[in-house]
Amino acid sequence: MRTGNVAGVRSTAARSSVALHAAMAISGLIMILFLLAHMYGNLKVFEGQQGFDSYAGYLREIGQPLLPYAGALWILRVILLVSVLLHIFSAFTLWHRSRRATAGKGGWRYETTKNRRGVQRSYSSFTMRWGGVIIGLFVIYHLLHLSADVIAPGGASDSPYQRMVNGFQIWWVVLSYVIALIALGFHLRHGIWSAFASLGANKSVATRRFLNQLATVVMLIILVGFLVPPLAIFTGWVS
Amino acid sequence: MNITVRIWRQHDQTAAGQMVSYRVDGVSPDMSFLEMLDVLNDQLSAAGDDPVAFDHDCREGICGMCSLVINGIAHGPEALTTTCQLYMRHFNDGDTIDIEPWRSASFPILRDLIVDRSALDRIIQAGGYISAPTGSAPDAAATLVPKKDADRAFDAAVCIGCGACIAACPNGSGMLFTGAKANHLGVLPQGQPERHERALAMVNQHDAEGFGGCTQIGECTAVCPVGIPLDMISFLNADVLSALPKENT
Repeated sequence: MRTGNVAGVRSTAARSSVALHAAMAISGLIMILFLLAHMYGNLKVFEGQQGFDSYAGYLREIGQPLLPYAGALWILRVILLVSVLLHIFSAFTLWHRSRRATAGKGGWRYETTKNRRGVQRSYSSFTMRWGGVIIGLFVIYHLLHLSADVIAPGGASDSPYQRMVNGFQIWWVVLSYVIALIALGFHLRHGIWSAFASLGANKSVATRRFLNQLATVVMLIILVGFLVPPLAIFTGWVS
Repeated sequence: MNITVRIWRQHDQTAAGQMVSYRVDGVSPDMSFLEMLDVLNDQLSAAGDDPVAFDHDCREGICGMCSLVINGIAHGPEALTTTCQLYMRHFNDGDTIDIEPWRSASFPILRDLIVDRSALDRIIQAGGYISAPTGSAPDAAATLVPKKDADRAFDAAVCIGCGACIAACPNGSGMLFTGAKANHLGVLPQGQPERHERALAMVNQHDAEGFGGCTQIGECTAVCPVGIPLDMISFLNADVLSALPKENT
């Protein structure tokens, strides 16, 4: 076909938008697996303080004595951190490229004010970037609150269960959580299906429909699963 | 019909452009959109003004030259229709219609509504072909092609290369075009030997031309005058990703 440098072609393609989107897809799917596990852990709040706190303790004992205390947890944290950084790096690189391709104006590059929303795009599909920023900011606050125990609305405690119950009795803690979950819902609605499409799975109209349904179902499971514990605490069902 | 058009006027590639309003009277609903512009240009010429420059050639929806963003939609409001096949009956008497060129950093505006789309030609040059010995035509049934693959190749090959997908894409991505051009060869037996190298070379050229990446929004398929499906992009992604780790292509 050509006489060119095949290795060069491949290394250039490894930095292509296609490759970066694949990196976003894989890192995003890893984060979704984490979210499902995290959601399951949150639901342990209905087992009461002892059940919840002993589950938190168990997470640190996985793999012992082969692994040190909290070893498995730290391995997961590193995988997750790498995924998050890869996701953010790819997102900003691709964001920059699409801005450059459209003279910095994206979908707003036409003078006309008619049909600014395009023909058929979904709300979730064009809020991925800013929605992702909102989710990122929430995650920082969320880690400072419930993991690192740096900020403690409602009162600090050594018991994870107590930290959660103390926090979610306050209206603005619940509200910020709900807003972040709505942003997450939109992000997942487009993110899950487009992740599979970016990886090359969208091979027919039927597959596209299935991937979109899958995205909606997983999004709803995650949304409901995460919303139930804080609302149960806020309404006094769990205290 | 009497209508008002607001048209992007720009003298050359480096000049600043602006929207200029013109009134066009006596438009027949049976005129095509380009015929309406012809009427306007006759008016402008008669008055001693510069006519509006716009691309057109076959005027029957197959060449891919016409390229107008009409009221913010590439090729106008009708689905599966090129600008030249859009008729004035789809507009109302008294309408104001905004007409702009394809906008993409990789499509420099040459004049008024004409843009330079040679970036698309360079993507084809990078890999949109097969290497085959020339000579007499091969026997028609020498290489059997499954019906499914033939249909799929045809779905891709109907791309007329107009660039509406890029004009409509919020990311300025050319992946629908590139996907169609890579696939119509990639699914046929004749295209197999160079399939992976083709995918890599065309995607590299796509990126080198400065087009953005695909976020699967699907605006491209909504404006595509020949209905190229979104899965063309996924097929190309799959070919690129499976070619990346290989040591020999």
